[in-house]
Amino acid sequence: MSILVDSDSKVICQGFTGEQGTFHSRQAVEYGTRMVGGVTPGKGGQSHLDLPVFDTVEQAVAATGASVSMQYVPAAMAADAIMEAADAGIELVVTITEGIPVLDMMRVKDYLKERPTRLIGPNCPGVITPGQCKVGIMPAAIHKPGTVGVVSRSGTLTYEAVYQTTQLGLGQSTCVGIGGDPISGSDFVDILAMFEADPDTDAVIMVGEIGGTAEEEAAAYVRDHMSKPVVGYIAGVTAPPGRRMGHAGAVISGGKGTAEEKFAAMEAAGIAIARSPAEIGEKTKEVVTA
Amino acid sequence: MLIHEYQAKELLAEHGVPVPEGRPAFTVAEAVDAAEHLGGSRWAVKAQIHAGGRGKAGGVQLADSLDDVRARAEALLEHELVTEQTGPRGRLVRRLLVEKAHAFSREFYVGAVVDRHVDSIVFMASSEGGVEIEEVARQSPEKILKTTVDPTVGLQPFQARKLGFGLGMEWAQVKQFTKILTALYRAFVDKDASLVELNPLVLTEGGELLALDAKFNLDDNGLIRHPDLRELRDPNEEDDKEHEAHAHGLNYIALDGNIGCMVNGAGLAMATMDIIKLCGGEPANFLDVGGGTSAERVTAAFKILLSDANVEAILVNIFGGIVRCDVIAEGIIAAVQEIEMSVPLVVRLEGTNVEQGRRMLEESGLDLITATTLADAADKAVAAGKGAA
Repeated sequence: MSILVDSDSKVICQGFTGEQGTFHSRQAVEYGTRMVGGVTPGKGGQSHLDLPVFDTVEQAVAATGASVSMQYVPAAMAADAIMEAADAGIELVVTITEGIPVLDMMRVKDYLKERPTRLIGPNCPGVITPGQCKVGIMPAAIHKPGTVGVVSRSGTLTYEAVYQTTQLGLGQSTCVGIGGDPISGSDFVDILAMFEADPDTDAVIMVGEIGGTAEEEAAAYVRDHMSKPVVGYIAGVTAPPGRRMGHAGAVISGGKGTAEEKFAAMEAAGIAIARSPAEIGEKTKEVVTA
Repeated sequence: MLIHEYQAKELLAEHGVPVPEGRPAFTVAEAVDAAEHLGGSRWAVKAQIHAGGRGKAGGVQLADSLDDVRARAEALLEHELVTEQTGPRGRLVRRLLVEKAHAFSREFYVGAVVDRHVDSIVFMASSEGGVEIEEVARQSPEKILKTTVDPTVGLQPFQARKLGFGLGMEWAQVKQFTKILTALYRAFVDKDASLVELNPLVLTEGGELLALDAKFNLDDNGLIRHPDLRELRDPNEEDDKEHEAHAHGLNYIALDGNIGCMVNGAGLAMATMDIIKLCGGEPANFLDVGGGTSAERVTAAFKILLSDANVEAILVNIFGGIVRCDVIAEGIIAAVQEIEMSVPLVVRLEGTNVEQGRRMLEESGLDLITATTLADAADKAVAAGKGAA
């Protein structure tokens, strides 16, 4: 088992025929992801990567029974694409797109409130259940099936954490990038709750960064609701206040959202802290074998 | 993106927020002209820099005659202004805003921000205007009134009335206040703002509400649909290296340390800075080369890192996902051949096509230090930096 996606998940790609959509759909197919088609408005009826192209998500769902959509739609149109997927009854939307205006995401969140669709991202590497299903841009080779769940606000830093665990012989149940934007579809707590309920996840790595209070809320959740061990790391101890560190959400404002505050909250909640990003793998090994 | 006060006021005035009559000035003569054109007998001469705390630092001056305007403008223009937010070096003042001065009896704070906790725009108001809102939040949080805007229907008049009465305003003022907040909300949404503040919003002796100071921060992501607002960017307010990096599509932030960093991905870039510090060094910068990296971009990044005189070693840390290690290796080789590398270079490659990338670096015969793990890379970079010192 795993969370969010597995070998049975039927996946479509929105922005299918674009450069990014094409490249990563091909990679997903090669990995064994059950890709069943894609959507590009105006190109319905064509075939791309030997898969059918549809004009609308609704048509794609009707024809293929897809329940997952991975999105490589340009930022200006991304909000519309997410809402289209939700309207068509897609259960899981994974939005890789970076640079979506925050007010668009505010409207998207409001739209999703009354609907059952779960959104992962935007501005994230996606979701992978090693050996089963890859929905995103992460390098497949560093992953290995196993029992460590990974949830992170970052892309390449997640790869670093995954790579360390794989090097130490630990594999991953599912890896989820929740994204670096101030407003995102799912937060740490949502994913932690799924890992806690997943019988095949034994421990969780949580990679946070400066800005906002999502890590503090996650720490409180771990303290009150989780029986599985959690390893935590926060990037940005050396980040200056008031500067946006690449990710739109990674900014210390008004003295709030510092890495030290987050480390302290995690430590108080009984999370095993990796002070150095190089220790994430070892800390995980310690809690798994303890 | 940050913009100047006079630009913020122009945007707000377009939407119906009352602001003092004023004009920007780039020279002393323009400042005097502005005052003359505005008329009256009292003016505010305000330094335009992208940092707060100007009032306390002497960046806002009142003048009682045109000669006085000239003297105040001379004292501000082309001088460094040091405020609590500029750092010790201060900012060179290149623009002024000259406004008609207004006597007032009360000062309020009004702000609107995208609150990531509730995924909505939240309005805040306080009767403690004219001071830092963070200070009020620390000392007496009960003095900040808040209301959350439902994204479906937008700000409703009753929400503004609640805040206005809550601030102790008379009905006549509450009516004005409601119009101002409605206009502010429209401006926020129309322009894709991330934060708007009127601080202070004053009650003049004539009984009118007026935004004496204004801040309008734009959502960088929102600029894709506002080409006109992109032109409000003032390159003089940015670090030269940061401006150069921006032009090359690099995400760069200058810091004070001695180890230059080049990393792919924002999270890993921060983590690399942190581990340099843990290993006893200080990062000289944050630099994310991004996803679609080319050899030219790597060269541009090296030039920016080397233009920082404090840099004593450079650490390249790439975890290839979409970015392939062989492309990065090619970029490094081209860059090192083009520019003279005056400091030691530590390179750690991992991920997609790593074997090929490492072999290319090895066969290039370049004088560089290779590292395998993140910890190894940081150790070697810090040691190399100390060797150079």
